[in-house]
Amino acid sequence: MLDVRDLHVRIAARHGIVRAVDGVSLQVAAGEALGLVGESGSGKSMTLRAILGVLPHEAKVTAGQIMLDGVDLVPLSNSDLNRIRGPKMSMIFQEPMSALNPVMRVGHQIAEGPIVHLGYNRARAAERALELMRRVGIPDPEQRFRAFPHEFSGGMRQRVMIAIALSCDPEIILCDEPTTALDVTIQDQILRLLAKLCAESGVSLIFVTHDLPVVAQICQRVAVMYGGQLAETGEVREVLLDPRHPYTLGLVRSAPDVEYVRHSLVPIPGSPPSLVAPPSGCRFHPRCKFAEEDCRVQPTPLRELPGGRATACLHYERCEEAVAADRIGP
Amino acid sequence: MSAISFPEPAVAIEPAEHAQPRPRRWYRQPALASGAILLGIIVAAAIAAPLLTPYNPIKQNLNDSLLFPSAHHLLGTDQLGRDTFTRLLYGLRTDLRIAFIAVLAPFCIGVTLGSVAGYFGGWVDVVLMRLVDIVVAFPFYVLIIALVFVLGPGQRSIYIAITLVGWVSYARIIRGEILVAKRQEYVLAARSAGLSAVRIMARHLLPNVITQAIIYAMSDIVQDILAIVTLGYFGLGVPPPTADLGSMINDGQNFLPTSHWQLTTFPGLAVVVVGLSLSLIGDGLADLIRPGQS
Repeated sequence: MLDVRDLHVRIAARHGIVRAVDGVSLQVAAGEALGLVGESGSGKSMTLRAILGVLPHEAKVTAGQIMLDGVDLVPLSNSDLNRIRGPKMSMIFQEPMSALNPVMRVGHQIAEGPIVHLGYNRARAAERALELMRRVGIPDPEQRFRAFPHEFSGGMRQRVMIAIALSCDPEIILCDEPTTALDVTIQDQILRLLAKLCAESGVSLIFVTHDLPVVAQICQRVAVMYGGQLAETGEVREVLLDPRHPYTLGLVRSAPDVEYVRHSLVPIPGSPPSLVAPPSGCRFHPRCKFAEEDCRVQPTPLRELPGGRATACLHYERCEEAVAADRIGP
Repeated sequence: MSAISFPEPAVAIEPAEHAQPRPRRWYRQPALASGAILLGIIVAAAIAAPLLTPYNPIKQNLNDSLLFPSAHHLLGTDQLGRDTFTRLLYGLRTDLRIAFIAVLAPFCIGVTLGSVAGYFGGWVDVVLMRLVDIVVAFPFYVLIIALVFVLGPGQRSIYIAITLVGWVSYARIIRGEILVAKRQEYVLAARSAGLSAVRIMARHLLPNVITQAIIYAMSDIVQDILAIVTLGYFGLGVPPPTADLGSMINDGQNFLPTSHWQLTTFPGLAVVVVGLSLSLIGDGLADLIRPGQS
């Protein structure tokens, strides 16, 4: 349904051109949840903003296509995109407090989409807002309709955001770390709510996060980004339990995991690459302990592996060995 | 008897969720309250002028000219025998009405252009802000007086001059506020929801920034009243015989040497008190509604 092909986003910064997204391809089928993971600055959020057409002024899509139901969104004008943002796709943000308008009653914020996009009158849109507030589990919707965002708790605010995102029945919702700002118990509630709503209405999700357990909980497929490129894609269980890219392996090893107890967490050495002058060859090679001479020179496009997965690593067999060693070891 | 006793809670503790924070009432702001009361009295007196005084502000009565204050004429009469207190009330009526109307057009124009400049940026912003710079380069009163002089005396000219000069301050304030506010995530969220630029500006940004313009409008009205009085003083304001504080001050000053000081002093004091009350309201409003302050 959503098919991103070879997307390139460049940002004009003072110190040069930042290649924020560099040849990313993603497919999301109807009703599917795709996780997009990677550390800060790996281009996850830029990818989302490019899909939605709300890049910052300095950033531009320089190549690639974003096909939604067979229509390329990249050449569309802002007013054409405004007919797609809302009814076809919407976004949930990380910080619900700052993503809600502080001086507008939440009911009106939820009702705004249906008024603008579905042509509802005020009364009907208010009905719709109340129905959505009930669906996302806001108690006492009639009372809370006229409340302001600051009168809500963090979890309730995020429920309001979800209600806004659902207000025009979109086909796909882009989530930019929607649970990062919440504490763990609320996080779980919100994730279950999202999963339930998606199952009910068949909405697709792209779920950006750096939290691997969250991906495991909500997504069917995952794409790992590193330095503006895809490192690995595949089914969630396979990628997270049996990585085929040393960066994924590093992420898995640096995340605490109760089932797969290790003596200590292993951090990934070094820091993320500069996207102004990225490393030659594989972008991960300066931090990779498996790196060989060819990693420095050869470009590393995604290669298909059996089982519907793909990796950018030239020596992915090393990961297999390392994972096997981890299983037996300590 | 047990050694430990638990005190009964004196009052039932309400769950925090239901505890309503005490709203900030306008009358808890001393500046705002005193300014509002002062202005309220003045405006009420100006509106009720025909009820408060039996005299006609325009009709001359040369037999009673230049009387000193008495029970019949609280502030005496002027050289044409008109009751000074009556003319003061009617003068306030004229000047306040003109000032409150005059502030509307620059407010609306300035807020609109400032929003457009701040939100869209680029060449629109450059052109509008250079225009603002040009107007700001001249002193406010000098420009107003020059414009009214060119357009000819009268209310219409005053409105036009104040609009042409006054919008720039609103534009600057709103542009600055919008520049900050548009970086907020709720604007990105609104864009992501497919809302048009006009809707985002009008429904999402303006309610967040308009308070600054309203606060400024209070001091702007003071400026406008002073401009109207100044124009009246120079004979460029509302043409005689209509009562106007500026022309009253001008007419009265010829009689200062003959100790008819009340002819000039009271209109002058009225201007000061009106200005003071509006400034107090502006300060109080700023404290009350400026976001992020408790």
